[in-house]
Amino acid sequence: MSDLPRTQHIIASGAIAAIGMTVAYISYTQEPAGAFVFPRLIATVFAVLAIWTFAKAVLGRTKVGQGLSGSDMRNLLPGLIVTLVYAFWAAKELGFYTATTIAFFILLTLYDPAPHNAPKTWIKRVLITAGFMAVMYGLFAMLLNVFTPREIFS
Amino acid sequence: MEFLFYMGDVFTPINFGLLLLGTIGGLILGATPGLSPTMTVALMIPFTFKLEPQQGLILLGAAYTSTVAGGAVSAILLKIPGAPANIATTLDGHTMAQNGQGAKALQLSFIASAIGGLFGVFLLIFLTPVLATWALAFGPSELFWLAILGVTVIGTLDSSSVVKGLLSGCIGLWLATIGFDDIMGAQRFIFHPALGGGINVIPALIGLFAIPQVISMFAKGRANVDAEIITVQRHPIGAAFREIFNRKRALGIGTAVGSIIGLIPGVGGQIAGLVAYDQSKKMSPEADKFGTGHPEGVIAAESANNAMVGPSLVPLLTLSIPGSPTAAVLLGGLLIHGIFPGPALFTQYPQVVWPFINSMLIGQILMCVFGLMIAGWAANVARVPRAVMAAVVLGLAVFGSYSVQNSMGDVYVMASLGLAMHFLERFGFSAAPLVLGLILGPIAEANFMQGAMIANATVGQMTYFFTGWLNWLLIVIVIASISYSVWMELRQRRYTTKEDASA
Repeated sequence: MSDLPRTQHIIASGAIAAIGMTVAYISYTQEPAGAFVFPRLIATVFAVLAIWTFAKAVLGRTKVGQGLSGSDMRNLLPGLIVTLVYAFWAAKELGFYTATTIAFFILLTLYDPAPHNAPKTWIKRVLITAGFMAVMYGLFAMLLNVFTPREIFS
Repeated sequence: MEFLFYMGDVFTPINFGLLLLGTIGGLILGATPGLSPTMTVALMIPFTFKLEPQQGLILLGAAYTSTVAGGAVSAILLKIPGAPANIATTLDGHTMAQNGQGAKALQLSFIASAIGGLFGVFLLIFLTPVLATWALAFGPSELFWLAILGVTVIGTLDSSSVVKGLLSGCIGLWLATIGFDDIMGAQRFIFHPALGGGINVIPALIGLFAIPQVISMFAKGRANVDAEIITVQRHPIGAAFREIFNRKRALGIGTAVGSIIGLIPGVGGQIAGLVAYDQSKKMSPEADKFGTGHPEGVIAAESANNAMVGPSLVPLLTLSIPGSPTAAVLLGGLLIHGIFPGPALFTQYPQVVWPFINSMLIGQILMCVFGLMIAGWAANVARVPRAVMAAVVLGLAVFGSYSVQNSMGDVYVMASLGLAMHFLERFGFSAAPLVLGLILGPIAEANFMQGAMIANATVGQMTYFFTGWLNWLLIVIVIASISYSVWMELRQRRYTTKEDASA
């Protein structure tokens, strides 16, 4: 067994086994049955392999996967929250360019190792954000003519 | 020699401009640790929408070729492989750089890459049409088994756990069934309106390859990039050419190993580089010098990882089975332009395929020329703070996936799959088989259903799917790849247990 606590493997493989069994259940019960012939085939193998993985995790025989350490989670959590808010809410509600500018700047501030108390750092961050947004606008709005949600500007 | 007929197409101003752009961009992005060739090509696909299929593929092909070679820059100067394919290059390349031979190592790596790459592309040129003719023998049952073979081989050979690799492949195959059934029009697994049209391959690819990298960068926190870039001193290019040709054995081994490994689906550049390095060491009278900055180590590894690029596209272009994750991404690039690879590709779309292949040929030379010119400068991209890199990739991923169909649903799918993949990777699952399952799922299902209909009207399903030498050959390869991987895993486990016991 790796150093990773067994419970992490049990939770992860348990979640996958639950998805596998749900997929198998839907495949075998949903109508019209003819549309689910191939999914049934896949779902059966999926469920069997997922249960096998879960059983191995329960028995403590999982060999691969380093799992999630506390420090990794602490480091990635702020970025993860920004990513989730940006992709699932802000991009649509605030408009792509506004949301991307805000998310980009926040991520820079959160993960840039430069000291926060130096004014030069903030100027650099603003310039990098502005430069990136100019490139994105040039590429997507002007070159590719992609009409992104504008929301608060519409 | 049909390819020569289309050679002029590569040199039209737009095509050549795109080839240059892809080559130079690929070299710079390849030198950036964390940006793998697969992820780079996936992020570039949205930029090909407005281009003609021929132009789009030229851009993607150039990026693929040069990101693999560009990875050598950071491997040599920073001891950080730009891509997994460059791991073997660090072994001698970085030591050479530490010994004041950084420029020489870079020159050897780019020249060896170009020679290996040219050989690989010639193999692609001459093998593909032959195999395409042969592939006409494939009916629905064989194509079904071939799709399963593609997922199985990558699932078993590309993963640290056979069961988890196969499970990843199954998840991909299941994801491919989401949406409306093609024959009956029935809804399948549509848990959210965003999934109504099924999972679009491009946002899925972007999510599966880019988002886990972004989150991994977050996980490293605010730590500084402490990579020390070794200064590159001048070295005459003529001497590097002479050195390469004096070390023909390493070049030959690297090129041959890379070409053969490239043809095997699922065995990527990382394996090609390491096997070539190992074989070159075993066959060298100077075996003891390997690891101490021996030029043959760099030549073997770099010629191998670029020689595999061309052959890795053979199964894609002939059978529509991508041989590697990057080939799978290229398949996505073909599909968005309405081009479905297979035996008829060379007769239906010669004006697309041949300029694409030719561009890879010319791209090898450009990659070598520009690689030598910008190598020292390209290493500086490794100094770009991780925070900037993560934010840039995230922004490109969101814009890129939205631009596929102007749909927020694609952004949600991209983000969800990417987040899920990050956590799956932490528990030993791998993105490559999942992507292959997602891409090959529709091929497997369409041929399975078509085969089942033929079988029901003729000999019955068991006889149809389990008889015939080609079906058997494919089934045997599926079983052999699983058995081999299980055996390797058990052997590795026994070895680890013994080591633990003796420690």
